[in-house]
Formats: sequence, structure tokens, C-alpha cells
Amino acid sequence: MNKEHLNFENEPGLRVRPIENGTVIDHINAGQALNVLHILKLPGQFESVVSVLINSPSKYGKKDVVKIENRELKVKELDKISLIAPNATINIIRDFKVLKKNRVKIPEYVEGVVQCVNPNCISNSSEPITSKFRVYEENNKINLRCVYCERIISENIADHLL
Amino acid sequence: MNFKDMHILSMKDFSKDMIDYILETAEKLEPIAVMKKRSDILAGKVLAVLFFEPSTRTRMSFETAMIRLGGEVLSMGSVDASSIAKGETLADTIRVVQSYADAIVLRHTKEGAARMASEFSHVPVINAGDGAGHHPTQTLLDLYTIKRESKLDGVKIALAGDLKYGRTVHSLCYALSHYGADIILVSPDELRMPYEIIKDLEAKGMKVTQTDSINEAINEVDVLYMTRIQKERFPDPAEYLRVATSLQITPELLENAKKHLKILHPLPRVNEIDTLVDNTPHACYFKQAFYGVPVRMALLALVMGGME
Ligand SMILES: [Zn+2]
Repeated sequence: MNKEHLNFENEPGLRVRPIENGTVIDHINAGQALNVLHILKLPGQFESVVSVLINSPSKYGKKDVVKIENRELKVKELDKISLIAPNATINIIRDFKVLKKNRVKIPEYVEGVVQCVNPNCISNSSEPITSKFRVYEENNKINLRCVYCERIISENIADHLL
Repeated sequence: MNFKDMHILSMKDFSKDMIDYILETAEKLEPIAVMKKRSDILAGKVLAVLFFEPSTRTRMSFETAMIRLGGEVLSMGSVDASSIAKGETLADTIRVVQSYADAIVLRHTKEGAARMASEFSHVPVINAGDGAGHHPTQTLLDLYTIKRESKLDGVKIALAGDLKYGRTVHSLCYALSHYGADIILVSPDELRMPYEIIKDLEAKGMKVTQTDSINEAINEVDVLYMTRIQKERFPDPAEYLRVATSLQITPELLENAKKHLKILHPLPRVNEIDTLVDNTPHACYFKQAFYGVPVRMALLALVMGGME
């Protein structure tokens, strides 16, 4: 079993029980867990257990953790999560073991994921196009630049997710 | 350098070499623009001119440029009379028009419209202004005017007026950063150039000075680039009047200016420049409007393959 994962499960008080099969999203920026749930449209009609830890102490300060039983994530969902939690790790769990552990990859471009904040942008009209942003990091922060109007989104990205 | 089939969307897409090449091509074509020579390098080519908001000067300048090179112009007519009024998308309009024309000139009210149009067009799209967005041919003609009437390399230039909202001025500043210009920004506090842009320019090694007094700047510079201050920016009409008057260019103000000072203005002007200045050797704004023709000729000839 993965060591870091073990440590996490053994934190004093065992706040969240381990899961048998599913996904653990760890190292989410503190305070972003509910936005992650929103991206994943949870709970919605989902019937398995979802556990959420908010402001959990860790080596690097506070973090959020989301554990979802019997669910794996789609690429588009991962792209969205990477924008609001660029340090998140995705642990795929099988039989209580970490089968795969990856840090989210920040994509170079995102399409149809975020809405441009410029009301006069062509992507906010009835044209047959999807929003498109170039993603770049600056001072450890994710920035999105609209491919069409070039407006930059650097704050509260979660508020602009489609 | 090969510009054939290239879209002209934003100054950001151009390197210094590309800008220089366009300006050199414009210089070669200038004799045609002043009717000293005839040309048919774009004979048999059709330019579609789609203006979704009026801008008579820009439109006529493009049309003249095309006609002088022997090409034909196809105009959309007024927006209310066309299918746009019936709710057609820009994407559909472009898909149709690209099959009629060899290049499209587009002016639109929405930012990013030209970039989007380029995704739906097999023929080159030239951005003639998209909302508050880009207007690359204006910047190129500004550069050309500075090159022809003053000098580009190391030019000392004052930009005055609305430096906050005027994207033309922002675009010109970025372009000038290729040429090691010294920039003096003259504006009232409310209309200063955004800090991020000044930071960018300084990072590119430019010397940028800010002031609210035109009197201080005027005697030091080779070029003065005036812009219009829009009344709408000021809730208080008295305040607008105070600011507009404080920046007005008059013959008295020019008494101690450099002999070769050139004054540019993208036009139309309101009262930023006293009409008495028109008869001084400093006035360069009508010449500037003319220079739009050779610059647009160069772009049309290059993207339609009439020249290499
Ligand atoms: Zn946009």
C-alpha cells in the first residue's frame, strides 16, 4: 500500500473511513472541496458514499480531501479540477489499495470548461463556438486567457466554470 | 517572408521582422497610392468588406487600397438590410462570404469576432477593429507614419489623452517596444494607462514617464500622438471640459517644440487639436490618414499573394 496514503488514513481520530473501490482526490486547495463536488455534480443521483474533509491539517498547511466510492473521473472533470486545485492528486483505489496515483495535469488549453467574463466577448454570443482558454501559471496561480477576446481570468475560477 | 493566406488579427501575432517587412512593402506601394504608378497586382481578386458597425474612414481606406491594386470590392451594405438583421450568426455569414471573395475585411462590435471568423474562413481575414479589441491595421499605419515622417528607432514619443480605455494606444505602445522608444504618457489621473501595461513595457526595456502636463512633454519629443477624450468617461461635464482643455494642442503650446515635432491623431478629432495647428509643419494627422492606404495595400497584396 502507498505510504502517504497509509499516513493519511492513520491520522489521529480516523475522520474518514478508507474506501474499497473508487477515487480519492487529495491535496485539494483548502476551501475548494465543495467546488470539486460541484464539478463532479455530486451528490446528484449518485448513491455510493462520498466523504469530504475540509481544512484538514497536512505537511503543507491545510488541505481538502474528497473520497468517492465506486466512481472514476472523466478527462474533462480532471481538467476542471486542475484549474481550481492545481496541486490535487488523484488516487484510484481498488480493494483498499492505491492502484494509481497521479497529480492532476494542467492542460495547455481548455475548451467548453469556463465561461469568459467579458460580456462583449464573441464566445458569449449565439455563435456556434465553445469558449476556449489558454492556461498558464504565474506566481503559482492559474490564469486563463480567452483565445477570442484575450481577457484574463485569474481569480475565483470556480465561479466561471460551465 | 511569406504572408500568403495569413489572417491579420492582432499585433501580438507579429514579430518585429514581420512588421518591418509590411512597412517596407507599404513604402514600395506608396507611389501607386498617390497615383504616380498604376498597378494590377490584385486584378481578378475580390475583397469582401464586412462592417457590422460604421467606420467610414477605415472602410474607405481599405476599399481604396484594393481598387488601386486593380482588385474589386464587395460590400455588405447596411447591417439592417442584410440577413444579420434576420439573426444569422457571424459564423454563417463568414462561411458564405469566404466562397465569394479572396479575402475578408471584418469590423465587428464584439471582441474576438475576427479571431472567430478566421476559424470559419479558408480565405484570409483582416481585423478592422473588433469592439474594444484589436485594430492591427491602425497600429501598422501609426508605425508607418512615424517611420515616414519621423523615425522609428529610438523615437521619443508622447502619447496624450485617454490612455486607459484607448486600446489603439496600448497596441501602439507594445509595437513601439520593438524599436526602443522613449515614451511619455500624458493623461489626467482618471485616464492613466493601466499599470500592467506600463509594467510590461518596462520589462521590455522601455523608458516610460508619466505626467498630467502636456506643457512639460511637448518640448522634448519627436512625435506627439493625441487621442480623443470621450465625454462619456466623465460623469461631470465640467470635469470633462477642464480635462479636455488642459490637454488641448494650440499653436502657442507649440512655440518651443522641436522643429521637427510631428503630431499624430487617429481621427476623427473633436477639439483636442486647435484647427490653427493644421497649418503648421507639425500637423501630420491628415497625412497619417492617407498612409492607411499604402499600409492596407501592403497587407492586401501580401495576404492575397499579389506580392511576396
Ligand atoms: Zn473572451
